[in-house]
Amino acid sequence: MAIDWNAFTPVASLLGGVLIGLAASLLLLVVGRIAGISGILGGLLRVRSGDAAWRITFLFGLITAPWLFALVANARPIRIDASLPAILVAGFLVGIGTRYGAGCTSGHGVCGISRLSLRSTAATFAFMGAGFVTVFVLRHVLAH
Amino acid sequence: MNIIASLFAGLLFGIGLIVSGMANPAKVLGFLDLAGAWDPSLMLVMAGAVGVGLFAFGWAGRRKTTLLGDPMNLPTARGIDRRLVVGSLVFGIGWGIAGFCPGPALVALGLGESKAVLFVAAMLAGMAVFELFERRR
Repeated sequence: MAIDWNAFTPVASLLGGVLIGLAASLLLLVVGRIAGISGILGGLLRVRSGDAAWRITFLFGLITAPWLFALVANARPIRIDASLPAILVAGFLVGIGTRYGAGCTSGHGVCGISRLSLRSTAATFAFMGAGFVTVFVLRHVLAH
Repeated sequence: MNIIASLFAGLLFGIGLIVSGMANPAKVLGFLDLAGAWDPSLMLVMAGAVGVGLFAFGWAGRRKTTLLGDPMNLPTARGIDRRLVVGSLVFGIGWGIAGFCPGPALVALGLGESKAVLFVAAMLAGMAVFELFERRR
């Protein structure tokens, strides 16, 4: 393992993490909900749910955050290397997997670990482990 | 009040993802690539978020209601079952292929990235398939 010191952004990432933690705390303490993006989005697909309003405003905020950010700072360019077919497969797997597993990086990773939930910690190990193995296979096994 | 707080929480969450670099799939894949040039930034995102979250969830755990007096709506599931593990593994494979998890994908959608639009459409399809299977159970 070799650390990529040029890519490593400890201050910005720690600061961004604190903002994410504050956002999850706000949603928890005022709305009484877990800031799990897959659950908030997936819950909208349930016919019975009568609690759509807070989900929609949260997601609206998340989607429009880059617009607000661009008003106060230079936009951060992003790079999406995956091919179109890979994007479609990945999106489908993320959608079905997060709903069966009842959470994603935010719900299990941030909120679940903050709640000291053993279940969420196990889920986080599972998806991070699968992510590590998938990238290893794609970049270092199949690419050669 | 709830819908305004949710809007602010969503905005703050999205800005946190942008500032931390996690809205960028190339950076996320740099974290997941342990055997390559490894970028440990995501560990610090987790440390910052959980560092704050521990206080909020610790406090919330001692309360019965939200600050507005509404009931808390927290998960009750405890066990580590097959659905949790298999679902999380499937999610991790998808995460490793594109470098997107749900939050960053929605932020990138807001940036107008066409690949993010397709990713979110496919993700919604996956979630809809889950709902269909659940209804048949």
